[in-house]
Amino acid sequence: MAEANPILIVENASCRFDVSGPWLQRIATGAPRRELKAVNQVSFSVPRGATFSIVGESGCGKTTLARMIVGLQPPTAGSVRFGEIRRADGTVGPPRVQMIFQDPYASLNPRWRVGDIVAEPIRELKLRATEAETAARVAELLVTVGLSAADADRYPHAFSGGQRQRISIARALATEADVLVCDEPTSALDVSVQAQILNLMVRLQKKLDLTYILISHNLSVVRHMSDQLAIMYLGRIVEIGDADTIFNGPLHPYTRLLLDTIPDVESPNRARAPLSGEVPSPINPPPGCAFHPRCPMAEAACSRTVPELMPRPRRSVACLVLENSEGAADAQISRSTPSA
Amino acid sequence: MTETPLLSVRDLKLVFDGRKGPLTALDGVSFDIRPGEILGVVGESGAGKSLTGTAVIGLVDPPGRIAGGSIHLAGQRIDNLPAEAMRALRGRRIGAIFQDPLTSLHPLLKVGDQIVETILTHLPVSRTEARARALDLLEQVGIPAASTRIDHYPHQFSGGMRQRVVIALALCAEPDLIIADEPTTALDVSIQAQITSLIKRLCREKGAATMLVTHDMGVIAETADRVAVMYAGRIAEIGPVAEVTRRPRHPYTAGLMASIPSVLRRNATLQQIDGAMPRLGAIPPGCSFNPRCARATELCRTLQPTLGLQAHEAACHHPLVEADHG
Ligand SMILES: Nc1ncnc2c1ncn2[C@@H]1O[C@H](COP(=O)(O)OP(=O)(O)OP(=O)(O)O)[C@@H](O)[C@H]1O
Ligand SMILES: Nc1ncnc2c1ncn2[C@@H]1O[C@H](COP(=O)(O)OP(=O)(O)OP(=O)(O)O)[C@@H](O)[C@H]1O
Ligand SMILES: [Mg+2]
Ligand SMILES: [Mg+2]
Repeated sequence: MAEANPILIVENASCRFDVSGPWLQRIATGAPRRELKAVNQVSFSVPRGATFSIVGESGCGKTTLARMIVGLQPPTAGSVRFGEIRRADGTVGPPRVQMIFQDPYASLNPRWRVGDIVAEPIRELKLRATEAETAARVAELLVTVGLSAADADRYPHAFSGGQRQRISIARALATEADVLVCDEPTSALDVSVQAQILNLMVRLQKKLDLTYILISHNLSVVRHMSDQLAIMYLGRIVEIGDADTIFNGPLHPYTRLLLDTIPDVESPNRARAPLSGEVPSPINPPPGCAFHPRCPMAEAACSRTVPELMPRPRRSVACLVLENSEGAADAQISRSTPSA
Repeated sequence: MTETPLLSVRDLKLVFDGRKGPLTALDGVSFDIRPGEILGVVGESGAGKSLTGTAVIGLVDPPGRIAGGSIHLAGQRIDNLPAEAMRALRGRRIGAIFQDPLTSLHPLLKVGDQIVETILTHLPVSRTEARARALDLLEQVGIPAASTRIDHYPHQFSGGMRQRVVIALALCAEPDLIIADEPTTALDVSIQAQITSLIKRLCREKGAATMLVTHDMGVIAETADRVAVMYAGRIAEIGPVAEVTRRPRHPYTAGLMASIPSVLRRNATLQQIDGAMPRLGAIPPGCSFNPRCARATELCRTLQPTLGLQAHEAACHHPLVEADHG
């Protein structure tokens, strides 16, 4: 998907981890080296001002991909690049990139007061001229995320899970980054605070032309926020494109199963069965299409050939069965959209 | 309803001793969970859900302390037990899944060894049996290639996998009471379904009682039998799950239900409850929700509403009625 003026370009990026046992034990037992392909040849690009979401099973490589985007994890192959942007003040340069981490507990320094945690990037990047202005900015940010200015004096342990998550959001906003990589940014928030934070994110995006890379297991949140969507399975993208198009008519069999398992308050399914079949391991991925052992549509070819992403209107899908079947568009299952 | 509850919490009060005097974090929390029952707990971030769980398992740290009320496990009072006796109960009779997975996992020990040690501490089995059981549990919580993963360290797991290891750790000694604080937040819907059906099975087959804290109303609707809605240290509404989610009586519950984004459509903005929950120490007199409530009257600003004894109760002077749900 070539974007006219992308702010982020990920090209054939892969990340492998060595998960062999200690070398001494390996030599003693003759065990081979083991490699885990967390992310496998992923490519996409994101235009400025858009929200690009990444969804997929736990362990499919979302956080690893996010860490590669913010530069915390070097890709073992391929590249992550950024386009130049012109900011409101007229300067041109690469975007500032910041991450909101999945685990709000591990990412806050327990020995720092909340005020210092949020002020750190402001001081580091010299975003405010004086300490008084910095303190005022910290107070403003804390209030923006639904905490209070007085919370600046307390330590992280005195906050609940959702309050800590809001502290990490305040810190990320403090950087005034152009690209925010948000790994499960609202997972610890109740739905009413979540609505406030998501509305805030949308407002800031419109005002400042921010770009979001959003990772979430909560598909309602993804639906609400995304312009573009990528579905990952075992380190690879299996479907990618316009978010509404995919939500309205998922094509890849995995995407369809994913959208069908969403728990729904309006019509709870108390007998919900988990996706059947063994969850594959990235240490020993199945040959061919990694999804074939669990796929209801799988054919013989699926266990031999790795499918490529094939372009279709407003999206691309990596599925041999769809590729081979003529008139695949007819097979598309439309999800009905009841009027509000 | 005559069956003895497995867990009974009465008028629980928890305070933090601060420089400016005690701050009340839990104020008169009461509920029961019967054997085999799952009580869902939802509510505003910071409302006291985790603290309630922490109090039940006896892990309240200073400056926090239980300042009133009682907690009974199968008829036995446990909130005043000596630390040693409480430690024995934890793990064996009470399995706790914490919101923060790092508090339960030792970063320098292989995950399998951690589960095996816990099983050996609480159950009369051999090391080989314990390891087989640990492997079986890791498979049940959906860890792929569990036989390899059992010898990995926590940092080699993804966020959701670590969370599942913590769940396996909490369930490995077959506890009577499961306190699960946000057990499925970092998990995709399919694994989520696997975990909730595991918990449901333990409740149905072994008669375990579960307190399930989660923000995910979908999970509550599908898993819990009853649900308690908390706001500013108190229970605002409690009742059978279908009743509370479809016909909420407390305006806060109604606002919560309306804030859920829909997966079927994309709206410009989400409905939100304006304002923020009061800080501890700044909780207004009367009903603590009154500053954010459209139905609030003078009564709400002066008199604190209480919960009655019916199956479905809301602590509200002006509860929503059938007509409000259209
Ligand atoms: N430092 C590491 N060493 C070895 N393996 C790792 C490391 N970090 C991640 N992995 C593995 O890489 C795979 C992808 O992990 P990642 O954290 O990217 O998953 P994820 O999609 O974010 O999952 P979740 O939804 O559970 O957070 C997993 O199998 C994980 O075990
Ligand atoms: N050590 C402490 N000192 C002072 N206040 C504390 C301390 N620990 C917790 N609190 C306060 O107690 C309140 C309840 O916290 P709790 O962790 O129970 O919330 P919660 O309902 O679990 O919220 P969340 O959904 O965000 O996890 C919060 O307002 C929190 O700030
Ligand atoms: Mg992750
Ligand atoms: Mg909590």
